[in-house]
Amino acid sequence: MVKKKGWLYELSRNRFSYLLILPAMMYVFIFSYATYPYLLIAFQRFQYSSGLLGSEWIGLKNFEFFFRSSDAARILWNTVYLNLLFIGFGTVAAVALAVLFNEVRGRLFRKLAQTTMIFPHFLSWIIVSYMMYGLFSTDFGVINRMLTSVGLDPVNWYTKTEAWPWILVGMKVWKEAGMNSIIYLAAITGIDHSLYESAAIDGANRWQKIRRITLPLLAPTIAILTLLNLGKIFYGDFGMIYAIIGDNGVLYPTTDVIDTYVFRALRQIGDPSNAAAVGLFQSVVGFVLVFAANWVTRKYFREGALY
Amino acid sequence: MHTVRKTDLPAVFIYCGLALFAALCLLPMVLTFIVSITDESVLIRNGYSLFPERFSLEAYRTLFNNADIIGRSYVVSITVTVIGTLAAVTITTMAAYTLANPNVKYRGALNLYFFITMLFSGGLVPWYIICKQLGLTDNLLALIVPSLMFNAFNMFLVRNFMESLPGALRESAYIDGANDLIVAFRIYFPLCVPVLATITLFYALAYWNDWFNAIMLVDNQKLYPLQYVLFKIRSNIEMLSLIPNGAPNRYTPPAESAKMATVIVTIGPIVFLYPYLQRFFIQGLVIGSVKG
Repeated sequence: MVKKKGWLYELSRNRFSYLLILPAMMYVFIFSYATYPYLLIAFQRFQYSSGLLGSEWIGLKNFEFFFRSSDAARILWNTVYLNLLFIGFGTVAAVALAVLFNEVRGRLFRKLAQTTMIFPHFLSWIIVSYMMYGLFSTDFGVINRMLTSVGLDPVNWYTKTEAWPWILVGMKVWKEAGMNSIIYLAAITGIDHSLYESAAIDGANRWQKIRRITLPLLAPTIAILTLLNLGKIFYGDFGMIYAIIGDNGVLYPTTDVIDTYVFRALRQIGDPSNAAAVGLFQSVVGFVLVFAANWVTRKYFREGALY
Repeated sequence: MHTVRKTDLPAVFIYCGLALFAALCLLPMVLTFIVSITDESVLIRNGYSLFPERFSLEAYRTLFNNADIIGRSYVVSITVTVIGTLAAVTITTMAAYTLANPNVKYRGALNLYFFITMLFSGGLVPWYIICKQLGLTDNLLALIVPSLMFNAFNMFLVRNFMESLPGALRESAYIDGANDLIVAFRIYFPLCVPVLATITLFYALAYWNDWFNAIMLVDNQKLYPLQYVLFKIRSNIEMLSLIPNGAPNRYTPPAESAKMATVIVTIGPIVFLYPYLQRFFIQGLVIGSVKG
């Protein structure tokens, strides 16, 4: 009998609420939902002039082309490997900073140090790439100057393929560790203080308190954030990699990731269908991973899940 | 209470370690600044150094003498950031109000509607084609609208904050005859100032630092934002002529120091605003991590 009061009644009763959410819904519809049909161009030889309906269908040829090429293994591996390095080192650095900060009693020191460490987060990767040039440049760079001043040969960093995963990890930690430590520090601050007091009465030293109280109680937060990051492991950091590496092909073997590859296929090679095939593959695997990560988080850490 | 503890060696290590990392965070920026005020000939001879033999403001002089490129992209960046941030914060906050309103029956479905887009992305190519079809190429809107004008994560941040406000606020306003528009704009939004400050900064920073929309959608040099000009200067030589030129041939422009001067000019606003604004970021992250 309440059935009659259906969705029309609801829409009119809360019309202003629905009005308020409408712009956001339209935005998301246009830039997310409306883009999904265009994933189909992965199965086409797409031409901008003929559009989605007019272009020729060629089945799985684009995927074949990609997976037969030597690029496939390289960019998939680089994407996952770099992300694993970022997650591993990034988490350790952020947790370590948070734990150390928790030991600091001087408020001014804490505030100053924190403010300084968060600052790199505010810079774009383009800016950071300039700063890196100041460090790594072959002719002018500070690092090579230091090497030569102690009698070592200067290194041509911008052709040194094997060094770049580690340079990128270093820059990532440099830029984001301070910011990420804030979340962990907030979690540490939430720990019941009486635990530390009773541990002190029992004669626990600083290290024992960190090991037996702080880290175990921080574990759920670490697990949640790590899981959510693992869910995004199939998405390369385009903003970072392309700003730093750009079109320096020498460094592709260790730094080229899915996102930079798709970008080049689309904007430089001008093959939207090939780019879309790689993109679709990334979207599907990425979705499965994000979904799985969120599902696990939800199962084990109720309040940590994204949704 | 205030006794001097003699040798708390671990504490000394902790302080030194943190101070060292903090210094490391600042160092590249200091280096960039020093290079920008280093005399170009010293730079060519000795390379970059924190303690150059001779200082010079020549780089900044050339920058301001050729202010049309940098000046114009500054205007582009500021326009895009201001308009974009205002629009983004408005859209986000309005949507968050509805999602935090328990009277709305389809709240669950709406949450899901936004959440799906966080899980599954169509990727670069479909996004690019949509932008092209909407005519979002080579104009100011192309820098403002795509990607940046709405972020579901920020919306959920505001929603969580609104949900923590007492529901009686809304109910008593209803009794006084207010509708949801009035409740939202008169009661809820003013109470949300702390979290609004946070997302305003998130959006503003995203706009100021963005070059992705420019590299994807804009070819017209007059519309290049600052970050993209920097990217272009670094990535292709012909753009180098953008910075110091028009001078007689004998004159060698201070290319190296001018590059770094451009960097300094670009991060200038952030550096000046940073001390006042950074607490909002910390606050926002903490709000987000409590329930998020």
